[in-house]
Amino acid sequence: MPMHETLILVVGLTAVLTTASLVAGILSWRAPKPLSSTLVNLNQRINAWWVMVVAITVAFFFGRSGMTILFALISFAALREFVTLTHSRRSDHWVLLGMFGIIIPFQYWLVWTAWYGLFTIFIPVYCFLLMPAITALHGDTERFLERVSAQQWAVMISVYCVSHVPALLTLEVPGFEGRNLLLIAFLIITVQGSDVLQYIFGKLFGRHLMSPKVSPSKTWEGLVGGLATSSLLGALLSFLTPFSPLQAAGVAFMACLMGFLGGLVASAIKRDQGVKDWGHLIEGHGGMMDRADSLVFAAPVFFHTVRYFWT
Amino acid sequence: MSKLGTRTFTLLQTVTSVGLSALAWAVTGVRPIWNGSKPSDRQRIYFANHASHGDFILLSACLSEKERARTHAVAAADYWGKSRLRRFIAQDMLSSVLIHRQWIDEAQNPISIMLSVLDEGHSLIIFPEGTRNMTDEPLLPFRSGLYNLSMARPDVELIPCWIENMSRVLPKGQFVPVPLLCRVVFGAPIAIAPGEERRAFLDRARKALLALNPRPLKDD
Repeated sequence: MPMHETLILVVGLTAVLTTASLVAGILSWRAPKPLSSTLVNLNQRINAWWVMVVAITVAFFFGRSGMTILFALISFAALREFVTLTHSRRSDHWVLLGMFGIIIPFQYWLVWTAWYGLFTIFIPVYCFLLMPAITALHGDTERFLERVSAQQWAVMISVYCVSHVPALLTLEVPGFEGRNLLLIAFLIITVQGSDVLQYIFGKLFGRHLMSPKVSPSKTWEGLVGGLATSSLLGALLSFLTPFSPLQAAGVAFMACLMGFLGGLVASAIKRDQGVKDWGHLIEGHGGMMDRADSLVFAAPVFFHTVRYFWT
Repeated sequence: MSKLGTRTFTLLQTVTSVGLSALAWAVTGVRPIWNGSKPSDRQRIYFANHASHGDFILLSACLSEKERARTHAVAAADYWGKSRLRRFIAQDMLSSVLIHRQWIDEAQNPISIMLSVLDEGHSLIIFPEGTRNMTDEPLLPFRSGLYNLSMARPDVELIPCWIENMSRVLPKGQFVPVPLLCRVVFGAPIAIAPGEERRAFLDRARKALLALNPRPLKDD
């Protein structure tokens, strides 16, 4: 555990969240009562951020085991939300059970043992071929392609993509031994920070909706402002990584752009299914997928960028 | 025949009830949506849609501990009384009230059995469809019990409760639940209007329950 950087991170995050709580507290104190729904939601979101930061910090101190277990649980919550929203039939019972009972544990066991070869192909090759085979063996062909596609996407998004976050711990970057946890911190802080920054820039300067059919809150101003500032944030955090400040800005830019696309795709799925949030796990934010959608798209691309250029 | 007696929870029943509620939360993240009624001390009959053995566990997991301890599910004796194991689960663990769907002997009259439980001050959970719904219909026609109970005990509140998704979590014939998010929507109490006919009331109660379904189009 790199103590020096960890200390800086804990102090830094505490300072940011304390500031956020103070600002929201003053806003709520001065606002007319009862509080507007925006302010109530802001307070809930900040409180939930405290909980999430504490949870990740605790997992951080337990190293690889802590991170693997934490993200396996995140996969569980995300997969549960995904499957709840999609169409399934009684004959899908065993496939659905296998997704929770076999695929999640096995994929994270592969992360834990750093078995890279099987980690990358277990879901896209073996699961994607065997799951529809099991469904076909059950003989229920009604809306077959739709059910099979939804199951595959659910596993792809909630398990495969998410598992790339703890998998960062298995990369062997020369001269960076024992410090891989910081890569996770870098990824989460820039991508989640970008979400917050896009939200703030959108609220302050948002004029031009990017895709009104998909999301009423995503604006060009929010995207540009959020990406620019989170790339800057990435450069500032380059001391956590094996990257130079310029490289860190570039990697952060790419991860945050992927994160934005993840949020867009998640919105499209929710719109298609006629819901506003994925679930209700995190007060003020919605479900796990509402919070993790950007990380889901950013993690695999970040993982492979680091793996290709730095190992 | 099941002897009623005082229905305070035994240790086994308390442990079962706490354990199952925790399990229900871990698997389904269940939470109550109070949409027209509120938790209260009033004696109640909760009536709900039925597609899975897990239904009543989910519903009781949404009640306060105190309310859960005095609320008993009504279950079919011809199913739950079939073997010693089933009877043990239904009565000694889940403290449910077993009734016979086909009865001849007056001592087995389900209405009198349920009324005697109500008269001890307990609340009931009943599934007025009378069986687990395996059809594509969202809700089967109601059997008359709800009407008869309410005629006999008009002071007891009838609360419609829509249980979402449980048929997908634990379908009929399966014993391992799939983790999916569930909600239980508690609606406004419903009462028999003066002079209202049996069938009219049952249809109205059924419609009130159906109207609670938060995702009617997506329900498969």
